[in-house]
Amino acid sequence: MTKTEFEPSIKSRPVYGVLEAAPGLAHLIVADGEGADAVTEMIARAGTAMLASTHIIYMPGPNGCDKSAALQALGAAQFRSSPSFAAASSRLAKVVADAHMGTQIYVAGTEGLIAQVCQAVAAQGLPYESVHTEHRGSTVRRVQCVHCKGITENVTHDPFKCSHCGLSLFVRDHFSRRIAAFQGVNIDAEDPGLVPDSVERFK
Amino acid sequence: MSLDFNDETFRNDFTFKNSPKAIKRFPFPFPEDSYMYSVNMEPHVPGPKGSVFEHMFDVDEHYVAEMRDRAQVLADDPLRCQSLPHMELAGWDLLELIMESKARDYPQWFELHKNGNHWHWINRPLQIEQKFTFMDPTTLPCGPMEYITRQTQGDFTLQDQRDENLWVEAGMVTTQADWSLDFDIGMNFHQWHAPVPKAHEMGVFDRALKFLLKLQHGAPVRRFNWTMTVDPLLDTSPENYPKWGPGKTTMTPETIGSRQHLRVELQTLHRLPRSNAIAFPIRCYLIRFEELVTVPKWGRRLHRVIRDIPDELATYKGFLRNKPLMVDYLAQFDDGAPTSPGFWAD
Repeated sequence: MTKTEFEPSIKSRPVYGVLEAAPGLAHLIVADGEGADAVTEMIARAGTAMLASTHIIYMPGPNGCDKSAALQALGAAQFRSSPSFAAASSRLAKVVADAHMGTQIYVAGTEGLIAQVCQAVAAQGLPYESVHTEHRGSTVRRVQCVHCKGITENVTHDPFKCSHCGLSLFVRDHFSRRIAAFQGVNIDAEDPGLVPDSVERFK
Repeated sequence: MSLDFNDETFRNDFTFKNSPKAIKRFPFPFPEDSYMYSVNMEPHVPGPKGSVFEHMFDVDEHYVAEMRDRAQVLADDPLRCQSLPHMELAGWDLLELIMESKARDYPQWFELHKNGNHWHWINRPLQIEQKFTFMDPTTLPCGPMEYITRQTQGDFTLQDQRDENLWVEAGMVTTQADWSLDFDIGMNFHQWHAPVPKAHEMGVFDRALKFLLKLQHGAPVRRFNWTMTVDPLLDTSPENYPKWGPGKTTMTPETIGSRQHLRVELQTLHRLPRSNAIAFPIRCYLIRFEELVTVPKWGRRLHRVIRDIPDELATYKGFLRNKPLMVDYLAQFDDGAPTSPGFWAD
């Protein structure tokens, strides 16, 4: 499985590249699910010398894909397998805060993971665009309800019910880096109760 | 309330209305009989006496009622006013610009006295008197942008300029045409305009950004935007869409003249002196169709504009559903006579 190819989208939605090792004193790599493949391929191209100064944080993808054994086998200086991003987030914040000038940061996997890692990096005052990104695996979306402000993770269907307030939301392509989420807007606001059939748009 | 200002509401019983004087000075936004996006910017220089362009910040008969409505929106949802930490200096720039402009242009209502950094502000219509130290936020009841925009009609955003782009990083947004400050704050110029159809491909945003990056202090510019609103609602936010959306479905040929409003935004852009940020006031003017057609040229022209607007634009502006009702209603005011160029009434 290789890099996800997305249809061209509106300009608020980020675009993702292909992970390439860059010269650096240290390397922080965060990945979920199939993102593990992007990491192993990058290291295969760059050579294993970088592993001595590499810290990998990995978690299963929202589709259950778990390649932690393969990543651990790379033999990075530090490796952490986390059950979820939420569980990993305090570790990530500490590692980014402690990072020295010259540390390269990479993230590979789902859009929600990429967005939340970039958000955590930006929160420590580093440029959002300084993170190397590659999308792999599930295309489920992280969506913020514009009405109640609650975020629903791993949205597969459009429209869907907000997991916080229960309104039926349609999923826009409009994306906030600050919130690390797409925007969900009530689909039957004008005609309450008239909700179109839900379609699986994100797998 | 003084005779200068209406006692009216923009919610519940909707008692908002325009006086004959307010209709006459309404900023009708169409200089010709058709509409398509354009950058359409011109210098924000003083216009004819009595017009909405006469002063830097127009204060009209709706001032006090609009400020009451803003206070209610903020009480319900404090996220409508946000300022990222690095934008406080731009907030002071904005406070200075507004206070100096209003004290100069409306001395009967506003006074600003300065003794060094010790300032004394008097706002008679809102019965506010404040002594504070300029640039010291602890001497105001809230941040400088929030303080002054609770006393100024129109939404406001403040754009930081860096990396050859503009970043919307502070704002007071309670009278918006369906966009969320809370979602968009932190975005750059292309990102926050991303949902607008067609205009990116037309190069509108590239040209507008290029122009704005070079905006000079002391040389503000202005443009119009417009949409349609059912009932005189200032707060047509996405946050509250489930509350105001159903109103759109209850329009009839009998009620369209009184309930359908043309919503015009007079947008001005000002370079700020200390922060180098750009202030972007978005001033909303509402006029019900019944009021608008009392100016024959506007009735004719609005009919032609709405009749010919592409459905994609009507969808984006949120009035496709009621477009046929609007066209039918407005047709009775269009005798086919030619209209004169420009937006002023004949």
